[in-house]
Amino acid sequence: MTKINEKFRTIPDSKRRAEGPVVVIECFQEIPCDPCHAACNRGAISAFDDINHLPEVDFTKCNGCGLCISVCPGLAIFVVDETWKDDLAVVRLPYEFLPLPQKGQIVDGLGRDGVKLCEAKVVRVDNTRWHNRTPVIWIEVPKDLSMDVRHIRVGGTSLDGQKA
Amino acid sequence: MSSLLTTEICIVGAGPAGLRAAIAARDMGACVMLVDSEENLGGQLVKQTHKFFGSRGQFAGMRGIDIAKLLSDEVTKDSSVTVMSDSQVVGFYPDGTLAIEKDDCLKLLKPQRVICATGASERMLPFPNNDLPGVYGAGAAQTLMNLYGVRPGNRVLMIGAGNIGLIVSYQLIQAGIDVAAIVEAMPYVGGYDVHARKIQRAGIPILTSHTIKAVHGRQVVEGATVSAVDAQFCIIPDSDRYFQVDTVCLAVGLTPLTELLWQADCKMGYIPELGGYTPFRNENYETTRPGVFVAGDLAGIEEASSAMIEGEIAGLCAAKSLGYEIDDFEDRINRAKTELRVLRQGPTGEKIRQGIASLMQLREECEGA
Repeated sequence: MTKINEKFRTIPDSKRRAEGPVVVIECFQEIPCDPCHAACNRGAISAFDDINHLPEVDFTKCNGCGLCISVCPGLAIFVVDETWKDDLAVVRLPYEFLPLPQKGQIVDGLGRDGVKLCEAKVVRVDNTRWHNRTPVIWIEVPKDLSMDVRHIRVGGTSLDGQKA
Repeated sequence: MSSLLTTEICIVGAGPAGLRAAIAARDMGACVMLVDSEENLGGQLVKQTHKFFGSRGQFAGMRGIDIAKLLSDEVTKDSSVTVMSDSQVVGFYPDGTLAIEKDDCLKLLKPQRVICATGASERMLPFPNNDLPGVYGAGAAQTLMNLYGVRPGNRVLMIGAGNIGLIVSYQLIQAGIDVAAIVEAMPYVGGYDVHARKIQRAGIPILTSHTIKAVHGRQVVEGATVSAVDAQFCIIPDSDRYFQVDTVCLAVGLTPLTELLWQADCKMGYIPELGGYTPFRNENYETTRPGVFVAGDLAGIEEASSAMIEGEIAGLCAAKSLGYEIDDFEDRINRAKTELRVLRQGPTGEKIRQGIASLMQLREECEGA
């Protein structure tokens, strides 16, 4: 797996993250795909000269609205908000599993390798027709984990057989 | 046996390529008969619950199941396309007559043009006990759960980390089934990085440079042994790992379903990058047998997005060869060919580009000989 770092034009630096909600696009391999550009109505995700190119984000235009999250076929788009509370950030992530968590529920926050990093409170679940069966879950995580938590485990028996 | 049926264009296979070919030929004004062995139109799309990549012109961002509905609705919206579902084309006679089996009866159809869009079949892998119940093609497991709502098993070992292995693993997890691991003989993941990430953040290990050594069980699969392999794909001694699983899914590649083309005496070449024997065809997707066109995985294993564009080209050109004309024919053909080139020009298109180049070169050599 490609290591996440800010050299990619889709990973906001800590200065930008301190200013408010912002998109994080973890798409590092050139594949023929371009729906993210059309999803953004602020022009923050550049048009693709070549459909195989990686996306590019203008972080001065992105307001972290999250319209692009459900649109990405690769489920590679997240929004982080490090201004949520003093010590808590919000991570918005795409989640296509049942049961869906409920607002207020405590879930496990998982890293990119599926390892539990923290407990996280669900603060919102977006699941309208527009989300096209890719709900977006808003979770509260410790601020220093905002760039690490990328999945959740909800109740019941988990994928590795342990109780969540 | 009934009397001889006729049509202008018979399309064999109603997957993404066949459906788009039917729409294109219909738009040109041709009489089309679309034949498929399944009850539902859409081919593999009917179980593809994930969102597609590609460009918006090829429905990027839409789920395969929704694309199947959209294309089948378009094909069945009026009576210009005759659909024969549950019907298997089993013979291609020297005079171009097709033998079609439906409801245990044999029908004979004499079309003026044929577009073959039969798709591909899953490859098998040789290892001890690969015939035990519980060993599935990954696509078969996907059909069971996504089309029929049946769990193929409770705990699965997936062999192959190409896009099919990654996508089906993800959908197994969505169905509440444990995936023990994904095993891949190559030293890297062959499928898209974003698909691999979805799997990895769900905690599923992907074991690269590993192979399945054997499946164990008396009546059904009870477990599997996986071993590490070296750069020459030889098993490294003492590297065995045992997985307690009741299901093993094989996602080790596809091969074009060429039986009808062999019967039709179409010339073919063995092109590993395209999945095996692949028909020689020109840029309009017409084979060496005049009047027989191909589209989709049959013409080389690729993605549904490119299959749909190939269907468009074959449909337009087959109808054109019957004398049908539309004002925007050139526009549509050129747009389709440009879209194909663009889809294939990135790093993930390298294999297909090489395969097509080899196919064209081999065709020239055969024609020169």
